[in-house]
Amino acid sequence: MVGNPLFNQLFGRSPITPIQKHMNVAYETVGQLGPYFEAVNSGDWEQAKHLYELILELESKADDLKSHIRLNLPRSLFMPVSRSDLLELLQMQDRIPNRVKDIAGLVMGRKMSFPEQMGDVLLEFIDKSKITCGFALKALNELDELFETGFSGKEVDLIHHLISELDEAEHENDRLQVKVRSQLFEIEKDLYPVEVMFLYRVIEWIGDVADHSQTVGNRMMYIISR
Amino acid sequence: MEVISNYGTILLILAIAFGVFMAWGVGANDVANAMGTSVGAKAITIKQAIVIAMVFEFAGAYLAGGEVTSTIRKGILDPSIMSDSPELLVYGMMAALLAAGTWLLVASAFGWPVSTTHSIVGAIVGFAAVGIGVEAVQWKAVGSIVSSWVVSPVMAGTLSFVVYMSVKRFIFSAEDPFMAAKRYVPVYMFLMGYVVGMVTLLKGLKHVGLDLSIEESMFYALGVAAVITVIGVVVLSRVKRVTRSEQHDLISVEKVFGVLMLFTACAMAFAHGSNDVANAIGPLAAVNGIVESGGLVGQKSATPNWILLLGGIGIVTGLAMYGYRVMKTIGTHITELTPSSGFAAELAAATTVVISSGYSLPVSTTHTLVGGVLGVGLARGISALNLRVVATIFVSWVVTLPVGAVLAVIFFYLLKAIFGTG
Repeated sequence: MVGNPLFNQLFGRSPITPIQKHMNVAYETVGQLGPYFEAVNSGDWEQAKHLYELILELESKADDLKSHIRLNLPRSLFMPVSRSDLLELLQMQDRIPNRVKDIAGLVMGRKMSFPEQMGDVLLEFIDKSKITCGFALKALNELDELFETGFSGKEVDLIHHLISELDEAEHENDRLQVKVRSQLFEIEKDLYPVEVMFLYRVIEWIGDVADHSQTVGNRMMYIISR
Repeated sequence: MEVISNYGTILLILAIAFGVFMAWGVGANDVANAMGTSVGAKAITIKQAIVIAMVFEFAGAYLAGGEVTSTIRKGILDPSIMSDSPELLVYGMMAALLAAGTWLLVASAFGWPVSTTHSIVGAIVGFAAVGIGVEAVQWKAVGSIVSSWVVSPVMAGTLSFVVYMSVKRFIFSAEDPFMAAKRYVPVYMFLMGYVVGMVTLLKGLKHVGLDLSIEESMFYALGVAAVITVIGVVVLSRVKRVTRSEQHDLISVEKVFGVLMLFTACAMAFAHGSNDVANAIGPLAAVNGIVESGGLVGQKSATPNWILLLGGIGIVTGLAMYGYRVMKTIGTHITELTPSSGFAAELAAATTVVISSGYSLPVSTTHTLVGGVLGVGLARGISALNLRVVATIFVSWVVTLPVGAVLAVIFFYLLKAIFGTG
C-alpha cells in the first residue's frame, strides 16, 4: 500500500529561488560592462572579444533560466503573489542582460571607441548602472524571506527601504548620463557624425540598464503591496 | 443463526486478519501523510517521526478511538433490520474491509490520493443498500458523516488561516521576532494541549474506567495543557539564537517553530490514531460483537479493549515496515514548507480531527490536513501550492464512494455464496 505520498505533489516548487538566480545572472552580465569598456578604450580587442563572448554566454544563460521558470509556472499553481506579476517581473529582469548584449554587440560590431577625454566619466556612469542593478538584486534577494514570513510588515518595510535606495541610485545615474552626454556634445563636431550618432545610442542604452533595474524594483512593489 | 454457531470462529479469525491488514495499510501509507508536513518542513527527522507516530498513533487509537469505531460499527447501519440474519451483517462488514483494502491497494499503486475513511464508509453503505436493503442504511447518519467531510477541511482551513495570521501579526511583525516567538509559541502549545486533552478526557476514557463530567474534563484538560506547556517552555529554553549578523534572524525563529512542530506532530499522530484506526477495527468490532453473543445484533456493549489494541498494533506494524520508506520520499522532496507555516496547518488539522473523533464522526485526516495547508496558503504563508492536486483529491473523493460500494457488494455476495445463509 505504498504509493506516491500525496504531499510531494501538493507542494509546488517555489518560483522565487529561480527568479533570484535569474536576477543574479543579470547582475553578473551588467558587471562585465565595466571591464569590457576598459578593454575597448585601451584598444585591447582580444580581451574585449573574450568579454563579449562571456556576455553572450551569460545572456543566453539568463534566457534559459527565464524559459525554465515560465515553463514551471503553471496556472494551477496557487501562490501568495499573482502569477502575472511574477512573470512581468521576470520579463523586466530579462531586459537587463538583453540590453547589455545590445551594447556590447554594437560596440563590438562597429569597433567603436569613446573619445579619450570621456573615459573616466563614462566608466563612472557604467559603474553607477551596475550599482543600481545591484540594489535591485539586493531587494530581490529579500523576496524569499518575504515569502517565508508570509508578507508580514517588517520584511515589507525592509524591501521598501531597499527600493528607495534603488530609486536614489537611478537618479544619480540619470545625472551622470546628462554629464556624459554634455561632454560628448562639446566634442561632437570634431568626430565622425555617424560615429557620434551611435555613441549617443550607447550612452542611452547604458542608461537603460539602470532604468530597467528601477522597473524591476517597481514591479516588486506591485508584488508586495497587494 | 446456524452459520454463526458453525463458522463463528473462522469468521472472526478472518475478520481479525482483514482488520489487521487494513490497519497495517493505514499505518504504512496514511500515517506518512499525517506526519508528512513535519518531516517535509525538516522540523523532525524521519526516525523521530516514526517514534512519535508509534507512540501517539497507539495512544490515540487506544484512548480516543472508541467513538468513531462505534460509528463505523453500528452508526451507519440499522442493526434491528438484520436481527433475523446476523450472518449477513458479518459478511457485509468483512466485505467492507476487503473492499476498502483492495481499493486502497489499487489506488496506492496508481498514486491516487484516496481516503481510507471514504473507502470504508462507501463500502459499508454499499453492501447494506444493495445486499440487504436501502432501509438498512441510516441515511441521516450517513448524511452527517458526508457533510463532515466537507466541513472538516473547511474548518481546518479557517483555523489554520487564523493561526497563521496571528503568527504574522504577533511574531513576524514584532521588533524582535525571535523573542516574540519564544513568548507566543507556548500559547499555541497550551491551546492545542487543551483542545486535545479536553476531547480525549470527555469522550475517550470511558473504556479505561474514567468517566468524567464536562466540568471535570475542563479542569483536567487545563492540567494537561499546563503540563504540555511547561514541557514546551523547558525545551524552548534550550533553543538559542543563531548568532549571525543578520538584521533579522529568521533561522532562529524557525528553530523555535521547529520545536512547536514537534508538539503538533504528536497531536497529529494522536488525532490520526483516534479517527482512522476505526476504519480498520470498526467492522471487526461489529463482527466480534455478533460472534461473541452467538448471533445477536445491536448489542449496546462498548468496543472491547483488545480490538482497539489490535488496531493500534496493526498501525504501528505497518508504520514500522513501510512508513520509513514513504516518509523518506516526503522528507527529501518538500523544501518549500517552513515550520512556521507547517505548524499552523498541522495544529488546525489535528484539532479538527480530534474534535471530529469526539463527535464520533469519521473524517479523512489527509483531507483535513490539505484543508489546513490551503488555509495557510490563503494567508500567504506558502510559496506555491499545486491546485491540480487539490482537484485530484476532490475527484478521488467522489470516485472512492461508488467504487468502494461496488467492491463491497461483490465481496458480500461472494462470502454469502461461500458460507451460505440460515
